Amino acid sequence: MRDVAVVGFAQRQMKEFDGSPTCVELLVPLFEECYGQTGWTRHDVGFWCSGSSDYLAGRSFSFVQAVDAIGVIPPVNESHVEMDLAWAMYEAWVKIQTGEVDTALVYAFGKSSAGTLRRTLALQLEPYTMTPIWPDTVSLAGLQARAGIDAGLWDERAMAEVAQRSLSDAEANDYAIRRGGSSVDELLARPMYADPLRKHDCAPVTDGAAAIVLAAGDKAREVRDHPAWLTGLSHHIDPIGMGTRDLTRAPSVQRSAAALDLDGVEVAELHAPFSHQELVLRRELGLADDVAINPSGGALVSNPMFSAGGIRVGEVARRIWSGDVTKGLAHATSGPALQQNLLATLSSSPTDQEGAS
Amino acid sequence: MPRTLSAPVTVAFDYTRSTGPVLGRFLTGLRDGVVVGARTSEGRVVVPPPEYDPVTNAATTDFVEVASTGTVTSWVWVPEPVKGQPFDRPFAWALVTLDGADVPLLHALDVASPAEVSTGMRVRVRWAEERVGAITDIAGYEPVAGGGDDNDGDGASRLAPLAPQPPSGDPVTGVVTPVELDYLYAASPEESAFYRGLAEGRLLGQRCPTCHKVYIPPRSACPTDGSPTTDEVELPETGTVTTFCIVNVPFLGQKITPPYVSAYVLLDGADIAFLHLILDIPAEEVHMGLRVKAVWKPREEWGTTIENISHFTPTGEPDAAYETYKVHL
Repeated sequence: MRDVAVVGFAQRQMKEFDGSPTCVELLVPLFEECYGQTGWTRHDVGFWCSGSSDYLAGRSFSFVQAVDAIGVIPPVNESHVEMDLAWAMYEAWVKIQTGEVDTALVYAFGKSSAGTLRRTLALQLEPYTMTPIWPDTVSLAGLQARAGIDAGLWDERAMAEVAQRSLSDAEANDYAIRRGGSSVDELLARPMYADPLRKHDCAPVTDGAAAIVLAAGDKAREVRDHPAWLTGLSHHIDPIGMGTRDLTRAPSVQRSAAALDLDGVEVAELHAPFSHQELVLRRELGLADDVAINPSGGALVSNPMFSAGGIRVGEVARRIWSGDVTKGLAHATSGPALQQNLLATLSSSPTDQEGAS
Repeated sequence: MPRTLSAPVTVAFDYTRSTGPVLGRFLTGLRDGVVVGARTSEGRVVVPPPEYDPVTNAATTDFVEVASTGTVTSWVWVPEPVKGQPFDRPFAWALVTLDGADVPLLHALDVASPAEVSTGMRVRVRWAEERVGAITDIAGYEPVAGGGDDNDGDGASRLAPLAPQPPSGDPVTGVVTPVELDYLYAASPEESAFYRGLAEGRLLGQRCPTCHKVYIPPRSACPTDGSPTTDEVELPETGTVTTFCIVNVPFLGQKITPPYVSAYVLLDGADIAFLHLILDIPAEEVHMGLRVKAVWKPREEWGTTIENISHFTPTGEPDAAYETYKVHL
């Protein structure tokens, strides 16, 4: 296995991006930031990979237009996933492992506000027995939240505690579009929205984009004194049917975690677009009590579609670059009710753990 | 004035899917008014039936009929239904384990308020008046009056194996799922400048500050080198046909009777051609190098749209030399 590190990260998270759904104009300054952080030009990037969705953009092949922001003369080595940035990063990591390239810039974008996000995402579902009745994202999460409440695994107060911590931590995050904690009691006094969910239990609709730069070995050391080495990557998937899953669990998270060494993790950025989902994740991951969870505020304070998972990786990487932590865990999710999950461990040492699965 | 122009747009497509023998069996059952599940190798009855056994990976063949009554195992309130959902008034989604099944089936529950729903409540399937072999043949669930017993029998008695094919009627082999999404579609700031220019009868492009190529419509970044394009350039309304096609095939939404010519026009001074119509000339006489100019609609019909230009028409000049456009093909 080659040692690969995250050496660059740039993000934009906003309530409403007033530009085009291909986000080209949003990506240009993001790439500028990545070049600034690395000292590279676009010619130093060996591989490009993006994450986005045509359903969000409302047009076919929307990722092709976004390539304008790269510049393609001479021709570039480029790919795309209809998934979150974290999965684009995984593809780039594999590409670097092949030895074909040493560096990669991965990016993702999405203008969630162009349509009705919770409805658009019904197209992620099983197309015969689910999509035709348009179950929306918030409702599917609500079914999951209720299942846990009824099973006695969590309650509305535990959910509000997650929201309260996220809103408070978000005060230090310039990119958060929702911030400002009050108190758990105040949150519980707010009206129900999609019973059993209140609005603060649900991630806000967010537009945005993000980019992550990867480099192997000495290429990474040239860029940063403390590269954030990707010491483990693992992703698994649970069945798409809502009926055949125990919604209070996320076996794919547990399975991904089993493939990694989570000992010594000091910070965990978990992609939980609904408050109870953080509780599911924490249970599956078995993290120690002193692990800092979502110091950025997490997805409950801003959740740009197709980049929010990758942003979790970037947030952990920033803390390793700065020397604040030596080991962290990043999690990304996709699909309904935590169906698909990716875990990445990042460390200040490339030999923290061998390999990945 | 907002930074960008936007307009509503609807994208719609009817997905046609074959169902195969397993989902086809389930949907055939719905058409016939019964809910069909399948028994897995672990002995669990799963609805809708999975295509393959989750343990043995063998194709599913052991179909059973379950009851149309069952118990709510989880639910959520929907205060603001979205388009396409089973009810256009507030309702609940419910996971319901039908009697005889071991896993719940998701559908809408028709109740007026969250106070009327609870985990464990008894509900029954309300069938659609017209059934076609689709999940929408279930109109939704409704509470069982009195909240009490299952009047359809105890379910277990219904668990006799079903024949692989339904007793009557043709099996369902396909479904058509209409998908329609509404967007507020925004142009980029550069495209917005282009459309606002059109409303004044001007053709605005941008020059890349790095490679000096001129793009019309302008784009946010130069596709050649990725530089943000900033320098506005006004282009003339004359240009050269670089390539074209004769449209002979009628299609939905077509505005001109075929045959007609759709062509790439390279405006003088531009480095990228754009697509428009070539009229006022027999289709078979359009050719590469043909010099053309824009024909504008009457000014009172102008908006922020490329349709301000009705079409391009031949100027009568000699053809452009091949060298003038060969790098733009």
